[in-house]
Amino acid sequence: MNSRLRWRKFVSGFMLAMTGVCALVSVSVLFLILGYLVFHGGTSISWNFFTKLPAPVGETGGGMANAILGSGKLLLLAALIGVPVGFFGAIYLAEFSGSTTAFVVRYAADLLNGVPSIVIGIFAYSLVVLPFKHFSTLSGGFALGLMMIPITLRSTEEFLRAVPNALREAAMALGASKSKTIATVIVPAAYRGILTAVLLAFARVAGETAPLLFTAFGNRFWSQGWNQPTAALPEMIYRYAISPYDDWHRQAWAAGLVLLGLILIINIVARAILSRGIAVPRT
Amino acid sequence: MASTTTTVPSAGPVAGSRSFLSRLRQGDEIAHIITFLFAVSVVLVTLLLVFDLWQGSALPRHKFGFDFFRTSVWDPIFDHFGALPFIYGTLVTATVSLLIAVPLGIGAAIFLAELAPARVSDTLEFFIDLLAAVPSVIYGLLGVFIVVPLMRQYIQPALKHSFGFLPLFQGPAYGVGFLTAGIVLAIMVIPYIISVSREVLLSVPRDQREAALSLGATRWESTWKVVVPFARGGILGSIFLALARALGETMAVTMVIGNTPAISASLFSSGYSIAAVIANELTEATSNLHYQSLIELGLALFLLTFVLNGLARLLIVATSQRGAGMGNA
Repeated sequence: MNSRLRWRKFVSGFMLAMTGVCALVSVSVLFLILGYLVFHGGTSISWNFFTKLPAPVGETGGGMANAILGSGKLLLLAALIGVPVGFFGAIYLAEFSGSTTAFVVRYAADLLNGVPSIVIGIFAYSLVVLPFKHFSTLSGGFALGLMMIPITLRSTEEFLRAVPNALREAAMALGASKSKTIATVIVPAAYRGILTAVLLAFARVAGETAPLLFTAFGNRFWSQGWNQPTAALPEMIYRYAISPYDDWHRQAWAAGLVLLGLILIINIVARAILSRGIAVPRT
Repeated sequence: MASTTTTVPSAGPVAGSRSFLSRLRQGDEIAHIITFLFAVSVVLVTLLLVFDLWQGSALPRHKFGFDFFRTSVWDPIFDHFGALPFIYGTLVTATVSLLIAVPLGIGAAIFLAELAPARVSDTLEFFIDLLAAVPSVIYGLLGVFIVVPLMRQYIQPALKHSFGFLPLFQGPAYGVGFLTAGIVLAIMVIPYIISVSREVLLSVPRDQREAALSLGATRWESTWKVVVPFARGGILGSIFLALARALGETMAVTMVIGNTPAISASLFSSGYSIAAVIANELTEATSNLHYQSLIELGLALFLLTFVLNGLARLLIVATSQRGAGMGNA
């Protein structure tokens, strides 16, 4: 073995080892994040965190019950907008549309998906907040729903398309109309995938903060209705983290742990549902 | 992905032979119309968004014209707005983040696609996907309480000590600033680079690797001189995606960049980014011109990410198809 070859083998081994280090570093970030959140936030989570309103400045204690409820309301609204539009839009793309319309709709959805969340916030602000003249849960839900649409739409369409044509043809050969085929054969065949798509979209918007700054705005008390500003978990994390109070920092960590835990659990559940297998072979 | 898409058979001859009424009774037309309305609403909302941003930024567009992007005075009191410091901050933080994220991300993607056994690769990819799902405000939280103190006490003094002669690493080390924002952004975009690059690398046909190895290339040489160049376009696409994401990122940057509209050669000094200034000032805009200037910044951000995302998608699809085409041949 000459020295040139030895050098080349050394370079090969070294560089490949470096790629392993890169992968290790990248993945370890996830565990660092989790570790820090559990370490700093774990001790601050108590029953009060889930049941009490935020304490006034200077008093310790209090919780984020209003933010948890607020996040729930915002996500409900988001789902009411994002899921139907994404689901039915995807059915149109996969089952009805011609290629030109499909291209336009897909293009628009991809465009919407790429819009920075802060710009979605501006849009919701000028479209919903300004005409109503105050910040509201509705406008926040609208902004989040808008972000859910393209994610739900594109992945639902993928899963509908993965349903083999033989199933469609079989249903139609039995005399079922197209709408009947879709409702009783195609959607049930793809339902795991669709559920996964919806859950992932849900998890994605659950942590969004930027669009809420101009819409749901935040509130230190219970929100009095759908057209009043409301607190939300990610927005509270932001306001508490940049505040000067130690007790608020503690609560920001706790809220971060709760939020991230929720999002990771939804993600893991979604992937578990999918890996149980859609009853559809991929070809 | 592209190879598994199937075209739905059109119900052509059957549909023609039945009357419109009977199809209506069976619900096909109704289903068609309803789903069509939902699909079209996506297009309408997107058009409305663009129109809204364009119309909402009319005042500064007419008053400042292109000077808006060239002047650096941002003065709400005298109603004069120039966006250069924000554009500078956005570009600098995005550049720093890519300088860190690209080598790390591509290295990790090579490991996942070329070296790791399928099971290990899938497990690690699962963690990477989870990492991509971590919301930006969490990165901001860790940035404020972990990265900033770390930068202030250890990294910035060390950089100053070793590279202090460069203008990049001069000035007081506050912890917050361009460098910190860039590092936090890098951590955020790495998962995107890894996932997409891994997909693209996996789509490179096996023959390419085998041909290189059979000619006597080492494993690394076959990867670096054959597989990676083959996937070059797609990897570039993943970088564009990451860049688009870094430019539009709001919360994490707002929390660690320092929020000072200044242009400075030093990476240690605090700055401001487009997204951060929108987040901080939109609801507190003092005048209509101020408000509309912020919307114009939003429009600029939108156009930038629009172009980058479009390019990225083209590159990724083209590369994957190239791999698929050769694999089937």
